[in-house]
Amino acid sequence: MPSVMTANRLQDGAVVYLSDNENWITELASARVAEDGTQLEILQKIAAEATGKQIIIGAYPMDVDLTTGAPAAKSVREKIRAARRPTIAAVNEAR
Amino acid sequence: MYRYDEFDRTFLIDRNREFRNQVERRLKGELTEDQFKPLRLMNGLYLQLHAYMLRVAIPYGALTARQLRQLAMIARRWDKGFGHWTTRQNIQFNWIKLVDVPDILEALAEVDMHAIQTSGNCIRNVTADPYAGAAADEVEDPRIWAEILRQWSTNHPEFTFLPRKFKFAITGALEDRAAIAFHDIGIRIVGGPNGTVGFKIFVGGGQGRTPYVAQEMKAFLKPEELLSYLEAMLRVYNLHGRRDNLYKARIKILVNAIGIDAYRAQVEEEWERTRQEDIDLPAEEVARIRSHFTPPDLEARPLDAAAFAKRRAEDAGFDRWVRRNVIGHKNPDYAIVSIAFKEPGRPPGDASAEEMERVADAADRFSRSELRITYTQNVILPHVARADLIALYDELKEAGLVAGNTDLITDIIACPGLDYCNLANARSIPIAEAITDRFADPERAEQVGDLRLNISGCINACGHHHAGHIGILGVDKKGTEHYQITLGGSPDNDASVGDILGPSFPAEGVPDAIDTIIDTYLAQRNDGETFLATYRRIGATPFKETLYGTR
Repeated sequence: MPSVMTANRLQDGAVVYLSDNENWITELASARVAEDGTQLEILQKIAAEATGKQIIIGAYPMDVDLTTGAPAAKSVREKIRAARRPTIAAVNEAR
Repeated sequence: MYRYDEFDRTFLIDRNREFRNQVERRLKGELTEDQFKPLRLMNGLYLQLHAYMLRVAIPYGALTARQLRQLAMIARRWDKGFGHWTTRQNIQFNWIKLVDVPDILEALAEVDMHAIQTSGNCIRNVTADPYAGAAADEVEDPRIWAEILRQWSTNHPEFTFLPRKFKFAITGALEDRAAIAFHDIGIRIVGGPNGTVGFKIFVGGGQGRTPYVAQEMKAFLKPEELLSYLEAMLRVYNLHGRRDNLYKARIKILVNAIGIDAYRAQVEEEWERTRQEDIDLPAEEVARIRSHFTPPDLEARPLDAAAFAKRRAEDAGFDRWVRRNVIGHKNPDYAIVSIAFKEPGRPPGDASAEEMERVADAADRFSRSELRITYTQNVILPHVARADLIALYDELKEAGLVAGNTDLITDIIACPGLDYCNLANARSIPIAEAITDRFADPERAEQVGDLRLNISGCINACGHHHAGHIGILGVDKKGTEHYQITLGGSPDNDASVGDILGPSFPAEGVPDAIDTIIDTYLAQRNDGETFLATYRRIGATPFKETLYGTR
């Protein structure tokens, strides 16, 4: 099952994903996809190093949907995280 | 209001300096997340879905206008311009950066506020009747004792690492508006022999995955015995509470496992052994704290009854607001006013920075600069002259804060749910919004009458669903959000845990289900009978039949 590594950025808690060039980015669509367990192990090792360098916290692998070509979240929780905002308008947004 | 002294301020400055250092060490890698997490939690800092969340303590829900303006400043400068009133009378900021937290805590300390013990396995913010000091049915102002409990429990060396979090609530009124039956320890101020005043103590209430209504622990406790007795209660719990199982670690599990009589016997034995240890406060210290809560000097302010009646007759919105949001005060020239943060399109309990400032202005002008946050996620102005009600209404109307729906079906308690929370299984806010939209016609909501509808996005029950007349619990059913409905809960004097009606509903089915429940109630109710009274009279069966048919 295709998956990506996700975490929160230590400094501000933002949702981030591991990219091809080993950066931690906020756009899920540009995340690096692991196609199998071996590839995922590599991503997990990179995440462990980033955790040790105080870049991220709480890293975990997350299943993704590749129907459109780019990785997309599958669960409601991950869709909300990937959107970087709640599904409702905030009180100070246009109602 | 309690005013900090030099000791309080120095303590807070030292504590913030310590946490600033801990944040710096975390960012440098000198502390791992495992080491840092208990430290940040003790300072109210969580990591949620999108960002860090800072929960700021509002002791017993009491706030000054100056403090509220500072919260508005924090919302604007370090968050996304809003905050969220919580069901523990606190405020949460949802979009906080770790690197900003030391500065935010300093900004809070400038107005004698902090985030200490808003998380962690310690004694949390003590909650109380939001009408304290103003309620017509009050025996004694509970804030005096809530403040004593706050000072006693803050950094208490023995109770900083309890088996699990610990929540107190206290009321000094005949009507319980603090849900004391759903707390680890609930305290009711009661009259005693010969005109004395003391405490009735309840223990073992709570929500979460194992809801219980608290049981009576002690019928009457003298004021000078309060702290030593509570200390004995906490000690027995601290010794026997289940540290091996997160789900069985609350005092409610202990009390129900060994029985209230066995628990009481152990507490009494411990109390006899330890009550001479100078735990109780000397009378002069109680008097010193009491002096901070001297009733305000409210001058006579007779109402122009004719002008008031005319406005009510001409303005249906004002009339409804008076009916629903204006509450009797112990001084007949005055009223307690509820400012509702519940209306179509507003996440329940969310307040923008601008709204906070407008409400602070209203408090300065009309309520001795005093405010209260309710556990139902609204704001109270405790001392408003009836003669000022029209002017206050007009001012709040400009701010868009005159929903006249206190304790109606649209006055929904909802947790942040899966839109923000790391623990949630399902969203709460969109369900609250859909139900609010369904009952947006204020006449219909009023026709339904008093109704507490509470929504939680997971079994931890921050949205108090067990105590709702109608409770809604979000669950994850094979990857989709479903909602289980309970009926018959109550947070009041007649506290009860709601009964699960039947199979859960998908999100889109919830408003129709609530509609069906309300229609069933309206068809079955006797004259003047509330939803809860009807449910208690007819039971769940008629509701199950209309909801599920022969399923």
